[in-house]
Amino acid sequence: MIETKQEHIASIFINIFLGLLGLICLAPLIHILATSLSTSMYVNLGDVTFWPKGFTLVSYEYILKNSSFWRSMWISVERLVMGVLLQLTLTVLSAYPLSKNNHEFRSRTAMAWFFFIPMLFSGGTIPWFLNIHRLGLLNTIWALVLPGGVSTFFVLLILNFFRGIPKDLEEAAVIDGASQWKILFSVFIPLSAPALATIAVYSMLGIWNSWFDGMILMSTPKNYPLMTYLQSATVKVKYDNLSQFEIERLSKVGDKTARAAKVFIGTLPILATYPFFQKYFTKGLLLGSIKG
Amino acid sequence: MEYRKPKKKSYFRLSKEIQYLLMLLPGFVFLLIFQYYPMGGLIIAFQNFDPLKGLFGDQKWVGLENFRKILINPYFLPAVRNTVSISLQKLVCHLSAAILLALLLNEIRSTGYRRILQTLFYLPHFISWVILGILFKDILASDGLVNNIFQKCGIPPFKFFTNKTFQPLLVITDVWKEFGFNSIIYLAAITSIDPALYEAAIMDGAGRFRRIWHITIPGIIPIIVLMLLLSIGGIFNANFDQIFNMYNTTLLESGDVIDTLVYRLGIVEANYSLSTAIGFAKSVFSCFLVCLSYFLAYRLADYRIF
Repeated sequence: MIETKQEHIASIFINIFLGLLGLICLAPLIHILATSLSTSMYVNLGDVTFWPKGFTLVSYEYILKNSSFWRSMWISVERLVMGVLLQLTLTVLSAYPLSKNNHEFRSRTAMAWFFFIPMLFSGGTIPWFLNIHRLGLLNTIWALVLPGGVSTFFVLLILNFFRGIPKDLEEAAVIDGASQWKILFSVFIPLSAPALATIAVYSMLGIWNSWFDGMILMSTPKNYPLMTYLQSATVKVKYDNLSQFEIERLSKVGDKTARAAKVFIGTLPILATYPFFQKYFTKGLLLGSIKG
Repeated sequence: MEYRKPKKKSYFRLSKEIQYLLMLLPGFVFLLIFQYYPMGGLIIAFQNFDPLKGLFGDQKWVGLENFRKILINPYFLPAVRNTVSISLQKLVCHLSAAILLALLLNEIRSTGYRRILQTLFYLPHFISWVILGILFKDILASDGLVNNIFQKCGIPPFKFFTNKTFQPLLVITDVWKEFGFNSIIYLAAITSIDPALYEAAIMDGAGRFRRIWHITIPGIIPIIVLMLLLSIGGIFNANFDQIFNMYNTTLLESGDVIDTLVYRLGIVEANYSLSTAIGFAKSVFSCFLVCLSYFLAYRLADYRIF
């Protein structure tokens, strides 16, 4: 393509501008990593920007020995595994019948509305809390898993994907005598692996990052998932909850560096898996939005 | 070639309709328990709710008393005003930032560089507001990273967490988090524009800026309209996650939104009925707006949800 000199300069300018913008997206994380690896004294003096000063691993050592951090991490992992499996199962099972048209599935319209209304309207915080209280799920892991079981958004994504699968495949399977269950599991699910991977990624991220439910539904910090733990433990350090021994240890490590290390470890699972799932979420976003 | 006889039709074979209904059953039950039942719980907005008597217990009915109380609550109107103000500012900034980024990214020729940039831009979207709240509070504190850099450059220290600066701060940090991710959809719309149009424009001697102005932008207008319409529904959501993780009691004047008010009344002060009444009113208005936005999107952009 022929470019005028003016356009060439503009091109260089855009390249540099976007490069800087990209660094701005990364900068806070680099700063937090540098802080977590620095000696607390330099951090308090404000000498640490993007490179650790007085390199040390004490804050990570402190966290390694911090049992409440790991307990919360474990709760997060538990709810993640159970939550993702539950969401995927319910999404697939609900999306398949709803992807049929009204001739094939006569109750479809009514059912589609039943699934769609929660997307428009919800009971709000207090009835949600009272409901889980009434079910006796407070302070159990189930309170963090079950309420999010059906995501209408995921159902809509997969439903639209299922619609794009050629009808002939289903008809061929019907002639072979397959039941609808068989068709779902041996035709539709294998064909929609990329779409399912996409919602699995979304579901994992959503569950890993949720904190509000933990804060409301768990009455003791002992039961907090990781994000709730970080939210409560780092926003307001509750010295009265800590033992004398822990306060001493914390003062040696430094409040800021310990917090930075906690935050960094809390983000690490996302950072580590991000390159692998990047291709899926872009796909998924388009799956849902640009369609006929 | 092997010939396979079609399987005999079983007498126990369930009809298609029943099979479909069975598949829907688990999802149906979950929605019933965790979505529809709490919706029924909205009745406490019309009661003087006593938690000891239970959700559908023998409560005292007060009619619309709670809604009257909302209107005289000194925090309510400022909260509504803040909510709408924050979300409108966000709406405009999100839209323009994302479109601009998509246009600029599209101008980058090297695919490798572009991919690296996209990886960086999308990253903040996946980090929770809990983490980012801690991060921003740290970085923007009076002894934080930004003010330290300011100090070294001789710029006077700047207070980021004041009532004057809090709303712009919310908008900027939210845009920082989402602009890359929001640009994906526009970028996809740009790539679906017919390349023949660009070739023809080049033949006619149109420069890059004219091509953007006359081809790219008109090409993505439908998507822009659609996104604009769909975002109408979110006007009463100013992003609770973000605000809750960034505000403090000194910032209520500019940062208190409907959701944080619902939280403070309901969870902190345990005033269940009043909190639910506010949430209920918000849900009704939001629902109306969402329906309106879907309707407009359907009429104007031929968008269908299912």
